[in-house]
Amino acid sequence: MRRKLPIIIIIGVLIVALAGGALLMRPSETTTRPNLAQMPPTTTAPTATASPNPQATVVPRPAAASNIAPITHLRGRNDAPLLIEEYGDFQCPPCGSLHPILKRIEGEYATQVRVAFHHFPLREMHKNAGEAARAAEAAAVQGKFWQMHDMLFEKQSEWKDAAPARPLFLGYARTLGLDLPKFTQDIDSTTVSNRVMTDEQGGTARGVTGTPTVFLNGREVPFAIATSYDKLRAVIESELAVKK
Amino acid sequence: MISDDTVNRTGEHEREAAPRLSRLFALAAVLALAGLADAVYLTVEHLTGHSVRCTVTNGCSEVLSSQYATIGGYPLAFFGAVAYFTAFSLATLAAFGSERAGKLFAVLVALMFATSLWLFYLQAFVLHAFCQYCLLSAAITTLLVVIVVVRRATKK
Repeated sequence: MRRKLPIIIIIGVLIVALAGGALLMRPSETTTRPNLAQMPPTTTAPTATASPNPQATVVPRPAAASNIAPITHLRGRNDAPLLIEEYGDFQCPPCGSLHPILKRIEGEYATQVRVAFHHFPLREMHKNAGEAARAAEAAAVQGKFWQMHDMLFEKQSEWKDAAPARPLFLGYARTLGLDLPKFTQDIDSTTVSNRVMTDEQGGTARGVTGTPTVFLNGREVPFAIATSYDKLRAVIESELAVKK
Repeated sequence: MISDDTVNRTGEHEREAAPRLSRLFALAAVLALAGLADAVYLTVEHLTGHSVRCTVTNGCSEVLSSQYATIGGYPLAFFGAVAYFTAFSLATLAAFGSERAGKLFAVLVALMFATSLWLFYLQAFVLHAFCQYCLLSAAITTLLVVIVVVRRATKK
């Protein structure tokens, strides 16, 4: 028995390690049940842009998700059947990697996919993330959220370690032709801070804990899929096939 | 007579030393187990997770999403998990008296330590960011090296 004991211990540890890994790998409840009825309805978008797709507008908001913030930043055609939502942090490197993937998807599926962005700055990890989110919101006040959004991701390596990052953000605002005194005022305003915070609270209510977290028509897309162009494209294709 | 004394002394020395060596390897197995848990967690986070949250340092996502975090598309942490499991197995076998496993364990730990040094260099001088889970792994590997060294010293 003593001769076999080490082998038994080793096999036991192997089983526990594999089982533990498999348990951690299991997607959360929301991702294991691909139930479109659970999606936060696209009616959360401003009603003026409500999709003509009846299926997308009749789905009631689940009670548990009643505190999900409305979608503020949305681009794409109103009648697009698919909605990709990103909870992102402008300073998070995987979010920076996701940016060109989503841009490519938007270009390729211009009539079928809309993209929304929610702020979820991980401030304790990324010192400039909060200010970057506010910079995007300050640009939004002047109608240039997406332009600033794209610029922040494309120039992430330039500002992520800057101390302070403010001069760089002002430079981007200047490049975008924003009213600089207003931008400077808005970036520190309570309204803009509250806007970011509302997104964060909405994300937390939906179970978001890290970035990027991507939802496709309300269902969370696993990180490994969302950050791979080919895999995300395959998921979109299968979702479109269901819609047809 | 002299020969008998030597045999006796050697015999006594072995009897006293043997349990201590086993305890050292048992400690090494426990440490390797902690390293295995750390590496499994990072592997799973890499495959499914998002930005790993750091609570002590503040460079987890920078380190874990860098080009050095994968080899051939596989997360580096996966290879770490394999290494720690192998180290655990060898340490367990050595704790139960296998000399050969003890030797292989020393070789493996040396390789793991060299890898840890390289990864520490990357964090400190290339990425300028530290991931606490990677530092924990480096600390565990360093302790395994200490165990190997103590064992050697005790054996002599």
